[in-house]
Amino acid sequence: MSAFAASVATAVDLIVHADPALRRIVALSLQVSGSACALAALIGLPLGAWLAVARFPGHRMLVLLLNTALALPAVLVGLVVYLLLSRSGPLGAWGMLFTPTAMVIAQTVLVLPIVAALTRQFVGDALRDGGDQLRSMGASPLTCGLLMLLHGRWAVMTVLIAAFGRAIAEVGAVMIVGGNIDGFTRVMTTAIALETSKGDLPLAMALGLVLLAVVAVVNALLGMVRRGHGSALAGVR
Amino acid sequence: MNLVELRDVTVQFGAVRALYGASLSIQRGEFVVLLGSNGSGKTTLLRVLHGLLAHQGQRHQLGDAPRQAMVFQRPFLMRLSVLNNLRLALWLGGVPRTAWADRCWAALRRVGLQGLERRPARALSGGQQQRLALARAWVVQPQLLFLDEPTSSLDPSAKREVEALLAGFAAEGMTLVMSTHNLGQAKRLATRVVYLEGGEIHADLPVHEFFNGRLQGRAQQFLKGELTW
Amino acid sequence: MVSRSAARLRRALLAAGTALVVLMPLHAVAQDKAIVMASTTSTEQSGLFAHLLPLFKKASGIDVKVVALGTGQALDMGRRGDADVLFVHDQAAEEKFVADGFGLERRAVMYNDFVIVGPKSDPAGVKGRDVVEALKKLASSKAAFISRGDKSGTHAAELRYWKAAGIDAPADAVAGYKACGCGMGPALNIAASANAYVLTDRGTWLSFKNRADLGVLVEGDKRLFNQYGVIVVSPAKHPHVKKDLAQAFADWVVSPEGQSAIASYRINGEPLFFPNAGS
Repeated sequence: MSAFAASVATAVDLIVHADPALRRIVALSLQVSGSACALAALIGLPLGAWLAVARFPGHRMLVLLLNTALALPAVLVGLVVYLLLSRSGPLGAWGMLFTPTAMVIAQTVLVLPIVAALTRQFVGDALRDGGDQLRSMGASPLTCGLLMLLHGRWAVMTVLIAAFGRAIAEVGAVMIVGGNIDGFTRVMTTAIALETSKGDLPLAMALGLVLLAVVAVVNALLGMVRRGHGSALAGVR
Repeated sequence: MNLVELRDVTVQFGAVRALYGASLSIQRGEFVVLLGSNGSGKTTLLRVLHGLLAHQGQRHQLGDAPRQAMVFQRPFLMRLSVLNNLRLALWLGGVPRTAWADRCWAALRRVGLQGLERRPARALSGGQQQRLALARAWVVQPQLLFLDEPTSSLDPSAKREVEALLAGFAAEGMTLVMSTHNLGQAKRLATRVVYLEGGEIHADLPVHEFFNGRLQGRAQQFLKGELTW
Repeated sequence: MVSRSAARLRRALLAAGTALVVLMPLHAVAQDKAIVMASTTSTEQSGLFAHLLPLFKKASGIDVKVVALGTGQALDMGRRGDADVLFVHDQAAEEKFVADGFGLERRAVMYNDFVIVGPKSDPAGVKGRDVVEALKKLASSKAAFISRGDKSGTHAAELRYWKAAGIDAPADAVAGYKACGCGMGPALNIAASANAYVLTDRGTWLSFKNRADLGVLVEGDKRLFNQYGVIVVSPAKHPHVKKDLAQAFADWVVSPEGQSAIASYRINGEPLFFPNAGS
């Protein structure tokens, strides 16, 4: 129990003194996972909406693949992206291995299924409620799907929070494609893994608590945005 | 003149035949009421007329495709303000942006929702939401308006408000096709009544003839309230 | 209700923030005067690079980005062309790497030593200066021994000592043998919590904080010396390798400047590595 208390004390100490190395690691974590989320949203939201309206041979198979991809282990994604970006791999000429960009790519691949699959679900539900009425107004099927993204924008936000959480908490993918290079590709989770492997468990725990605190702050900010919009929504169904 | 014509239309949902052998045409200026109990096929017929459903048989739209709109029993309003819901309808209806402001103002006044532009549409009462749905339909200036039991889920005063609006639309020259199981409503508003049962049209008469007491068969039993709801 | 302009401002901020977030990491792709060095976890965790590389950067302006893996994986990385220079400690494997044409030349840089740590009570009675005798005693006792089992230089050395003690397959022959397939730190963690014996490099041991009841039991045997080599990856198989910058590092680390930088790295006043370039 005292080890845990020591970790909490160390975590508070780290945050208060805002050690520059720690700040860099936190900033990189937010940048990499935030970018991955943004990219996954750019691709995954329209993809999910499209899957909710599209009907073509093989549609079922595609949805099955997508839902299976929800369980992709981070390590596996990291390995595949590594082999793609490796100098001996097909995209080696890009020279992107062991850079933050590679980490963004790997995390985007990891969270894209989350965004697309969950979006497909809530857009599909919304279309069952109101798809007919939008079609009656003249919307094409795809436009109906995209309008449901606007209509369900708070669901979109929840999906993106889930995707962000998955991204910022994973270590397998960023470790392999980033290399955990000190001062360059080290993020919170790889730093925690490093301190654990060095046997410095209290520091590892403290870094873990800092990570949770950072994510809590992000969620609190998003909550404020939501409440700002919601102040006049009393009584809304 | 005919706006929409159906010939021998059948609609099948899996094993269920929702509509069978339906033939009718809607003329300009009519107020057609589709009468029947739940499950009689009125909603299916409405949707086929509007062009929302796949079907066997023929459906023709005559003249230049008339602008159509539809109001549903429970309106689906986007999580947007009242005004933006109207704007969405205008955008989907291809109306030029320059006309939007005037049409929105006129539509809200027409249905009595002026002053509520910024209110979230979902915060309105049931009756107000249905009036917004009517505004949303009216704002694209349709020649043909379909309504699927528009007052079924409203309280009596809201019902009266909506009926007054519909009578007003008809007076302006709009052609309306409305389904209901409310006999009084049919009598008050219709120029023509089409009675459906079991997916088939059993009677199609001008309103006076329908209600003059000389009706035969199933339709007469319905009027007398002898058929189950 | 939020006013229109406030909502617009918030949207603009969100868009700007997103753009910043997306673009920021991407600038780091184009970076000249930087090389990727594949090394081992034990070397990185000893803290040597944090001491050495800033000195090299000051002397040459070159950034060295260290990816720390096991020796086997580091050599694989060199074979794939994902690293420009290697800094590992498995002479046999290094020489094969060069002989196979993947590396230009292997040069000795420094050595550190391995020690066997175990419970201070030493139930197997291994304490002393002879590593082979110690392992023979361990084999015949029931005491637990933790092996890294991960193709690392340390693991390769461990297997060599077992072989010298007449045991070709310690997993079968030694009762308490457990392989974890992990790095030096986790292996020490397991040994600390299981009160077991483990072979470790002195550097990792000196910075290991979770010692529980463990202490150094076997040290000083000449066979425990662990030689490090530096190899520039050959551009023959992978033309993009930054050969000149990598060569600059290899040259520096065996130069008097580099060698004294290595010697000056200490923990609690104790040196971890002993420069021996040219031997």
